Amino acid sequence: MTTAVSHRLAKPPGKLVPVLVVTLALIALWYVGAYFMNATLARDAFARAKKEPTASELLFATYAMDRPLLPAPHQIVTEIWKSTALTPVTSKKSLVYHSWITLSATLAGFLSGALLGLILAAAIVHVPSLDRSLMPWVIASQTIPIVAIAPMIVVVGYNLMNGQMGFSTDTSRFIAKALISTYLSFFPITVGLVKGLRSPDTILVDLMRTYSANRWQTFWKLRMPAALPFLFASMQVAIAISLVGAIVGELPTGASAGIGARLLAGSYYGQTVQIWSALIAASVLAALLVWMVSLGGTAVVKRMGLAR
Amino acid sequence: MNHSRGHIQPWIALVGLIALSALPLDAADPTRLLIREGPVGWGLVALMAAAIVAAIRAGRSLAAAILLALAAHGGAAMAIGLLPSLAGHTGSGFWALVLTSWLLVWALVTELSEWPRRPGLPGLVLSLLIPFLFGIWLLILWQIVVVVFQVPFVLIPPPSAIGARIATSLPILAADFRQTFFKSVVAGYAIGCGAGFLVAILVDRVSFLKRGLLPIGNLVSALPIVGIAPIMVMWFGFDWPSKAAVVVVSTFFPMLVNTVTGLSASQPISRDLMRTYAATYWQTLFKLRLPEAMPFVFNALKINSTLALIAAIVAEFFGTPIVGMGFRISTEVGRMNIDMVWAEIAVAALAGSAFYGVVALAERAATFWHPSFRT
Repeated sequence: MTTAVSHRLAKPPGKLVPVLVVTLALIALWYVGAYFMNATLARDAFARAKKEPTASELLFATYAMDRPLLPAPHQIVTEIWKSTALTPVTSKKSLVYHSWITLSATLAGFLSGALLGLILAAAIVHVPSLDRSLMPWVIASQTIPIVAIAPMIVVVGYNLMNGQMGFSTDTSRFIAKALISTYLSFFPITVGLVKGLRSPDTILVDLMRTYSANRWQTFWKLRMPAALPFLFASMQVAIAISLVGAIVGELPTGASAGIGARLLAGSYYGQTVQIWSALIAASVLAALLVWMVSLGGTAVVKRMGLAR
Repeated sequence: MNHSRGHIQPWIALVGLIALSALPLDAADPTRLLIREGPVGWGLVALMAAAIVAAIRAGRSLAAAILLALAAHGGAAMAIGLLPSLAGHTGSGFWALVLTSWLLVWALVTELSEWPRRPGLPGLVLSLLIPFLFGIWLLILWQIVVVVFQVPFVLIPPPSAIGARIATSLPILAADFRQTFFKSVVAGYAIGCGAGFLVAILVDRVSFLKRGLLPIGNLVSALPIVGIAPIMVMWFGFDWPSKAAVVVVSTFFPMLVNTVTGLSASQPISRDLMRTYAATYWQTLFKLRLPEAMPFVFNALKINSTLALIAAIVAEFFGTPIVGMGFRISTEVGRMNIDMVWAEIAVAALAGSAFYGVVALAERAATFWHPSFRT
């Protein structure tokens, strides 16, 4: 925290040029890698066609295969362009459609997870016996591979809601995925908020007492504002992990829509280009979500006059 | 802070005690009372009464705490013992018994939380005991609720069934654990963390790389890395190397980012001091900057210990030989053998916590000088 702040104060030399250079170097490396990984497949294809390829023919063939081991970046870009801009949003082939399915579950899960985390953190801060009995479990549960439970929550929850409660198939899947996202995202928020709600100095808490403020007033006027920077830092972690939860939640129910379903379908049929474009879509989504939360955090902190 | 305020739990427990002595255990048989269950029932009621009196009169004494613990867990044992004969038609007396036991354990935890934190072994035992009680009561209430309300087995199996399943399928669990943990996780964790550490030292040396690679590393840390699992399966085959590869990728970036941050954690004044000693780059690195970076490195090691297990298990959802924890979870869910899934989850949770604990102990040994460990 402090290092980041002093970093910003010192105004380091621009990051744009190095980032661009490193990105370009990575893309170049990718092309080289794509050649070597696909060369054997391409040679086999030429051998089947009884043709002796020239060096340049081989090179271009490795970049234009149907199911390459490692697709070249431009193939992925073409696929993404085809499945976003050139396909109607409502079509099952549209990446926007699949991203929206995942995004909606992510957001629903994130919001309910944030609410749950807020309630738990407030309880832990105010009830000493909860602090000492519940908090160790909140921390220990982070060491438990929660994503591993995902298939069970999804399958069981899906069967329960679809079979017994009479929700429609899509709604059941949506709720099951959102549940996993909730489960994943409330932990970082609880831990961060407990830290944040405790961050005001004793002297400030005492000051509130001299004002004869009750617990409720102390909470909303002192603790909560002090916790906001912590809240936004943990929300960045939570929203990223919430997206992971929604994607993993799409793997086991035989869902036909969503980024996770695209990944699974791609891996069944060996459609590498489709897998990679779904991955890029997920990455863009994650980066956008984290970026928006951090923007919100900066704006709130600035408006409160806490920015240093 | 709350010294003057008495606790309300023992008083409610007193009401509960009266209720559990007077109300029927069995909804179908109004004459079945706890005190008619023979000397055990009478003994329990007497024990609870003694515990309540002790809690109200002599709070904050070891004897009261022991009495509370005995009474609460005696009540829980009685409730669980009565379960098979009552499932489906439990009476109000049974619920009074469960509620009273729970109130007593709550009084106990409240009591224990107010004991002053002591250093050394007693303090450690106390700080472990409170969450341990919480966990035990989670299991007790889980068992009671699942059996009494006859929750479908496929929804949530009772803990006793999960325990029995663990006991009967130890060889399968051991084989899965060996495949997932000792092959994929350990190999991937070692390679990923090692590579991240070495690249971090290189990146730290070259300022251009540091400025260019660090923002990308930060971005990648937030990405859903498990998505590369199908690609890794395609590249490295179905067996453990593909899972280890996913683990390598997901552990690399947290290590890189944390180590680079840690390497710049040393104070400029210390670095200047090293220069006045005419220390070389490597001497400064090994004697000043790496030790200063250790808390950050261990932070990454701890984050990675859980990430690695998650990555390996999820990677197995995408195709695997017929062994492994992720494989078992996904196939047994399909067969509705939910108790086996819970057994695997229990193993995974235990392994994850133990792995984290080992790293935390190593951290304590390696960074004993750090303010957070000095007392």
